[in-house]
Formats: sequence, structure tokens, C-alpha cells
Amino acid sequence: MAEDRCEITCIVCPWGCQVKFKVKEGEIRNIEGNKCRRGIGYVRQEFYNPQRVLTTTVKLKGSRLPLLPVRTNKPIPKKMLGECMQYLANIEVKALIKLGQVIVPNILDTGANIISTRNLDSN
Amino acid sequence: MKEEKVDVAIIGGGPAGLAAALSAKRVGAGKVLILDRNKELGGILFQCIHNGFGLHRFKEDLTGPEYAQRFIDEVKEMKIEVKLETMVMEINSSREILATNHKEGIFRVKATSLVLAMGCRERTREMLSIPGVRLAGILTAGVAQQWVNLEGYLPGKEVVILGSGDIGLIMARRLTLEGAEVKAVVEMMPYPGGLIRNVVQCLQDFDIPLLLERTVTFIYGRNRVEAVTVAKVDAKGESIPGTEKVIPCDTLLLSVGLIPENELSSLARIEIDSSTGGPVIDERMQTSVDGIFACGNVVQVHDLVDYVSQQGEIAGKSAALYALGKLKPAKRIIKLKRGRNIRFLTPQRISDQEKVTLFIRVANPEQKVKLRVGEGIIEQTKPLVRPNQMVVWTVPFGDFKLSDLREMEVSVIREK
Repeated sequence: MAEDRCEITCIVCPWGCQVKFKVKEGEIRNIEGNKCRRGIGYVRQEFYNPQRVLTTTVKLKGSRLPLLPVRTNKPIPKKMLGECMQYLANIEVKALIKLGQVIVPNILDTGANIISTRNLDSN
Repeated sequence: MKEEKVDVAIIGGGPAGLAAALSAKRVGAGKVLILDRNKELGGILFQCIHNGFGLHRFKEDLTGPEYAQRFIDEVKEMKIEVKLETMVMEINSSREILATNHKEGIFRVKATSLVLAMGCRERTREMLSIPGVRLAGILTAGVAQQWVNLEGYLPGKEVVILGSGDIGLIMARRLTLEGAEVKAVVEMMPYPGGLIRNVVQCLQDFDIPLLLERTVTFIYGRNRVEAVTVAKVDAKGESIPGTEKVIPCDTLLLSVGLIPENELSSLARIEIDSSTGGPVIDERMQTSVDGIFACGNVVQVHDLVDYVSQQGEIAGKSAALYALGKLKPAKRIIKLKRGRNIRFLTPQRISDQEKVTLFIRVANPEQKVKLRVGEGIIEQTKPLVRPNQMVVWTVPFGDFKLSDLREMEVSVIREK
């Protein structure tokens, strides 16, 4: 099976090392370009299971603002970001909203809740 | 005209002002008043709905609104007085404030000490002089952020972003998530302006091209932006003829730097540092005018809100001590002069001799550097310094012989 060459920018520290590695049979080989050990852990995480916290807004009724800022309460797989955005486009909530309130539990079976990131009074 | 007396008045209720108010109250200031022109406290944080705030201060990854709320809750608990939707029109060097709001009309506040925390503004197209006509679809990244995150408008569908500062990078991701196509982020320098984390998570994650050493040289369109020309630039920043490429788009966002907002400071005849665009301060955050302190982005543009809060706390403490008559007079004033590879540094003056945290922005990227202050060398090597990331060194001025010094040169030097 052919080897693939890959590159990931490490974001553990401000250096931003360009870490290079080969991929054979779905496994990382020959990591190089990282100036410290932390780069290895980061590259492994980024390659096998990249995760991100999603922050966005949902529609809000009954308040002075038309939008409520929300986030996932923990990182979700990077590839789920788009699907979660699609899902949240159809969500509408009503004020009063408290910071930390769960807006969507276990969004798309990711195990993460969508929570409110601010308080908003009703008008 | 109504007149009011307070011990500490704070102009601006963003992260700097909030931290200053809390620390002034904790130190024991009597009446503390925050004046802010917005409808709510928190400044710009409520439109910064992304995470990455508070990693230093709280060891937590918070969004802007969550970071702000922690301070706002405390301000409420401590019963600090707040005047919202209040515009400060004038201040003077006797620490008198002229302000207005629709409840009280025009009124005066006499403060024993005053903290300036007005923050900064975005640079606009007019400051860049990009040729082309005035069109719809040209806006600063921060305004776009306000539209998308607070007001619910998408500014366009095909977007080019000029400047790779953090707000521009954050907006590239935000607009992409909301369904717009970000065609490119264009940066004049050979390296991105924002944090690496943002380059990876806002651009690379969404395959948005980052065009380095390029700038926008023309904006086309009749009523609305239709395209922009992007060209390579030489080392002087001049565009190179023959390298132009037209990118069709309906929106141009500008993320080309922030300027401390110091119109009020100038009215009080506060000395402004031309390298930061903000007041000259000492390590206690006192400006050149006795009893007037300053903190946060009005002093210098920070990358991280955590440092803004830290500076706010120092300013608030000093202002409270001043109001209580307990701020020790300066033993001496030593000017810190900008030396090698320093674009700017704060504080610019040292009035006491303790440990002082210096915030430094370098002029050029460099590896393995130390800081030289006067004759002394700070033995803390930084592996990499870059203009887009503020560097922080703590300098033990107490260990230096300062007796006859008026001035010390601060330089970033290569490790031998």
C-alpha cells in the first residue's frame, strides 16, 4: 500500500511547527519537524480524531436581540461542524435565557450539549 | 448643571474598565463609577462569541460573553455604580468629566482619580487609501462581526478579507460556517497577523487560502463590490506591476489593525506615545497627568483579553490608592527608551523599583532572544518572538542600580 505524506501545523505553542509525517495503512509513521515532544501528541490527536468546540448563534424570540450565542459544552469531531450548523439553523428559542442553559442536549449524538453563553432577559 | 463627586471614575465598561472597577473597590475606594456609551457592560466581548478567552487567567477556554459575565456579576455584587448609554464628551487634567445621557441630560462628574479604559477602533478603508469608488460591501471585520453575531445579518456571500489579524481570521471561519464563501485572506506581510491557533482553526480547517505578501490594489463595482484586484508586494510594501489577479467577490472585509481611542486623553493634555498611539504610562498605569490612569487597548493594542484584565487591575488599584491619598509619590522617573527590535513597549516609564511586567511588541521576527534593560540582561530566553504576538518579560528593577539613571534602553538581543 502506498505511503501518503502529510503535514500538520502544531498549535500547542506560538512556534507553530510544520510537522511532517507519513501515513501507511492508516497509521502515522516518521513524525518530523516538531521541535518538542508535545508536537507528537498534538499531531496524533489531529490526525486520528480532530476535535473542535463549535461556537455559533441560534434564533431568539422575545428579547431585545434576535440571536443567542451558543457553544458546544465540549469539543466535537471536526467533521461534524457543518452538520451541527445545519441542525442549529432550524433551532429557535424564547427569552428568558440563562448563561449555561442547555439549548440542544446531545446534538446529533456527539455527546455534547449546545449551551447558551450569555444571559438574555425577555422584553 | 448637575454635578456629582466620586472617588474613582472609569471611562469605558469593557474588560479593562471592569477589571479596574473591581480592583479599585477591593483596595478600598469609596464611590466607584463606570461610564459607558453602550447599552450594556462588557465592551466588544459580547460580539466575540468564539472561544479562546481566559486561558491564562482562568485556565479555562471561555467565549467572549462568558468571560465578560464573570466580571459583570462581580460588579453587581460589589454594588459598583454604572451609568450606561452615557457618552463622555470632555475630560480635563483636573479630572472633571462632562458627560451626557438621556436620563440626566448633560452633567459633570468630579473624580478624585480617573481611569481611562476607552479601548480602540478599527482602521478603515479610508486610512489605507485603496483606489476605487465608494461601494456597498466594504466593511471592517469588527463591524461584520457585530452584524453576524448580534444583529443577524450576513454581510455578503463571496468575501475577500484584507489583513490577517485575529478578527479577520475569526470572521473568515464565522462567515464560512454561516454559509458565505471566503475566497481568500490577503496579507501584506510574509507571515500571518493573527495567532497560529486562529490560522489553523479558522483558515486551514476550511481550506481558505491565505495569500501572503499580497495586498488589495483596486476595488471594482458599480453600487456593490463586484471584484477586487490582489497583487504581490515588494519588501517596501509597494505593489509589483504585472502580478495583479482579479478575484470576483461581493464583499471586502478589512482587518488591518486597531488604533487606541484617545480623543479624550488629548483633551486632558495627556502625553501620547507615537509608537503605541496610547498614553505614556508608568508601571502603576499612571499617565503623564497626576491622578489619571489608563489600561487595556487604549494604552496599546493587546492580543489577549487576559492581559487587558491584568492591566485594568493595576490601574484600578493605583487609582484607588491615589483617591485614598496612599499612592506613594514616585521615587524617581526613569524613561524606558526603545532599543533594538522593539516596535513599542509599555510601561514607558518606571517610577518605583520593584518587579515590573513589560509588554513588548517586536519589529521583526527573531529566534532565541533575551531582553537587555540598561546594563542588565534578563536571563529568560524566548525561543521565538514575532510582531503578531506580544511578548511579556518581568524585569526586577529592584535588582538594578538605578540611583542616577534618567533613562534606560530596552533591547531585544540575540542569545550568544
